[in-house]
Amino acid sequence: MSQSDIIETETATPKRPVRWHIAVFLAPAFVVYTAVMILPLIETLRLSLFNVVGGELAFVGLANFAQLFGDPRLAADFWNAFSNNTIFFLIHMAVQNPIGIALAAMLSLPGLRVAAFYRSAIFVPTLLSFVIVGFIWKLILSPIWGIAPNLMDLVGLKSFFGPWLGKPESALITVSLISVWQYVGIPMMLIYAALLNIPDEVLEAAEIDGITGWSQFWKIKLPLILPSIGIISVLTFVGNFNAFDLIYTVQGALGGPDGSTDILGTLLYRTFFGFQNQMGNPPMGATIATVMFLIILAGVSLYLFVIQRRIRRYQF
Amino acid sequence: MTRILKGMLFATTVLAPAGMAMAQETQLTIESWRNDDLPIWQEKIIPAFEAKHPDIKVTFAPMAPTEYNSAVNAKLEAGTAGDLITCRPFDLSLAMFEKGQLAPLNDLEGMENFSDVAKSAWTTDDGQTTFCVPVASVIHGFIYNKAAFEEVGVEVPKTEEEFFAVLEKIKEGGNYIPMAMGTKDQWEAATMGYYNIGPNYWKGEEGRKALIAGTQKLTDSQWVAPYATLAKWKDYLGDGFEAQTYPDSQNLFTLGRAAIYPAGSWEIAPFKSQADFEMGAFPPPVKAEGDKCYISDHNDIGIGLNADSDNKEAAKTFLSWVASPEFAELYANSAPGFFSLNSTPVKMEDELAQEFVSWRENCETTIRPSAAIVGRGDPNLDLEMWRTSANVINGTMTPEQAGEETQKGLDSWYKPKQ
Repeated sequence: MSQSDIIETETATPKRPVRWHIAVFLAPAFVVYTAVMILPLIETLRLSLFNVVGGELAFVGLANFAQLFGDPRLAADFWNAFSNNTIFFLIHMAVQNPIGIALAAMLSLPGLRVAAFYRSAIFVPTLLSFVIVGFIWKLILSPIWGIAPNLMDLVGLKSFFGPWLGKPESALITVSLISVWQYVGIPMMLIYAALLNIPDEVLEAAEIDGITGWSQFWKIKLPLILPSIGIISVLTFVGNFNAFDLIYTVQGALGGPDGSTDILGTLLYRTFFGFQNQMGNPPMGATIATVMFLIILAGVSLYLFVIQRRIRRYQF
Repeated sequence: MTRILKGMLFATTVLAPAGMAMAQETQLTIESWRNDDLPIWQEKIIPAFEAKHPDIKVTFAPMAPTEYNSAVNAKLEAGTAGDLITCRPFDLSLAMFEKGQLAPLNDLEGMENFSDVAKSAWTTDDGQTTFCVPVASVIHGFIYNKAAFEEVGVEVPKTEEEFFAVLEKIKEGGNYIPMAMGTKDQWEAATMGYYNIGPNYWKGEEGRKALIAGTQKLTDSQWVAPYATLAKWKDYLGDGFEAQTYPDSQNLFTLGRAAIYPAGSWEIAPFKSQADFEMGAFPPPVKAEGDKCYISDHNDIGIGLNADSDNKEAAKTFLSWVASPEFAELYANSAPGFFSLNSTPVKMEDELAQEFVSWRENCETTIRPSAAIVGRGDPNLDLEMWRTSANVINGTMTPEQAGEETQKGLDSWYKPKQ
């Protein structure tokens, strides 16, 4: 006891108080996040290794995965959903992100009038509930009550109209484009912010060197916003492989017609919870969820460890 | 400040349940998929029950039909389901009973009011235990717009040939869409299409039982032929029927834009309230004049008791009342189109409902083929038939392929008892 007293007086540096407030302030977010995200995730991963054997939940190892990829029907459903999901993602990458970048580039042009209005108007659909978006587009495209057939009639294109949401060959593209319409505001906003971050000196220097207009965009601005484009691609990838809501509201849980819009999210929903007369199968649902998790993990890792390291960053 | 806070905590935690207990009312909640019937329950059925049993308060809590099975299963497993569970017929409710989620109701007062056929949809395979009170069955057929038929100058068709002649004539007339049905929601194609016209081909119960016994296959001609007939419907459905949903079809018919609606009798009440023209009904047309006719008369709704309910006595009181002739008459007249399964004959006021029921006199009745025993496995035969029927009407699958696919799915898990 006396020893320590001596040491304390000798060193004389005041003991740093335990900073409780950090833990206190972090606790609510940590507790909530753990309870609603981390625990369910771990529980899902765990459940995928179990199955009902003789009425009891028992550990079965990887048997669920073997069944998912080995059973011809389940595997066919899974690969169908996977390929639809990939197409869904590719359409977003090919349409949503270029349009988002183009819109941002136009909005950031100096001297564009009512830019603020366009910016808000294009971003508003993102804020709308997917239920509203799904319902509006279902109505617009309805061959019976919709305004799409009439509008196309006005410009003489009536013959090109079809019940797009009801045909296996066009349904997935239509739903993807609805989703693009809804979410195009997000890449636009992120790129817009990145473009505003480019210092004026850089652009002025470019202008002095005679690089203006399109070539300025390609040679100066685009390389500077590449990291943002990378982030957007990852966000799109994660969002698309987790997608469920819009397909569910527009096409129903079956992902019709004939499974042509069935993506991993709807397949998971049907398998986990059941649909109409099909009973829910939580272990198999958890297995699909785990596979989805792994797909997304693989995609994100590919970006983080391979692509992101190669993107050159510029410090201003 | 703390005293106020403590007082509030005390009031909300200790006093509130005490206050509820003092009212001495038992609360019962009914889980159901019949959200269309909400006003009927709230305005007619529940008040009639509460007038007799003032100590029991009943809440009818319906949800969307396609969500019902999964939602109610999840609720039962989590222990949050209502006291009374509306029972889907056959395999779905049987699964709940086998899991111990529904209580056996053999000794319920009023069960003697039902025949074995009526109880068959909610009885174990060995016929020993009944676990839901039968409430109603639905009959399939076609509802037509009488004014449209007069305008075009056609009569109610009796044979298939006449049926297509009528459709052709309405199409030529050009004022009406011959038939209001879409394939987007898929279930219409099977429920109002395949299950509706099919019994005439597979001879009702004979074919259904043979399918269960394994002596008939879905690839046999009597199971493939109805698909072939469905494929011919394609030309008589409205423009863009591929993207037409169930509510679209209902609206097309009740707005008077379509002449014929392939129906289940549950449409009667909503159609009556929405359409301002006279409606008639005819059973699925037979192959040739004088052939025996078969109709789908499907046990559709029962009510069972949640085995975990805290209010079993009150719930049983309610179920006994549901089993009474009084309820049967009230229900059949409040919800015309849902036909009572009670042995006591029920007098129905609604003419269209009478028309549907009158077919029972001449035609053999059967239930939907995918409902019992063959509907238990995965892939689910009912869902498979939704998909194939929709595909056949869309023209993306031939009738033969539809038969093969459904049989293949069935073979993957179902082994008939030898």
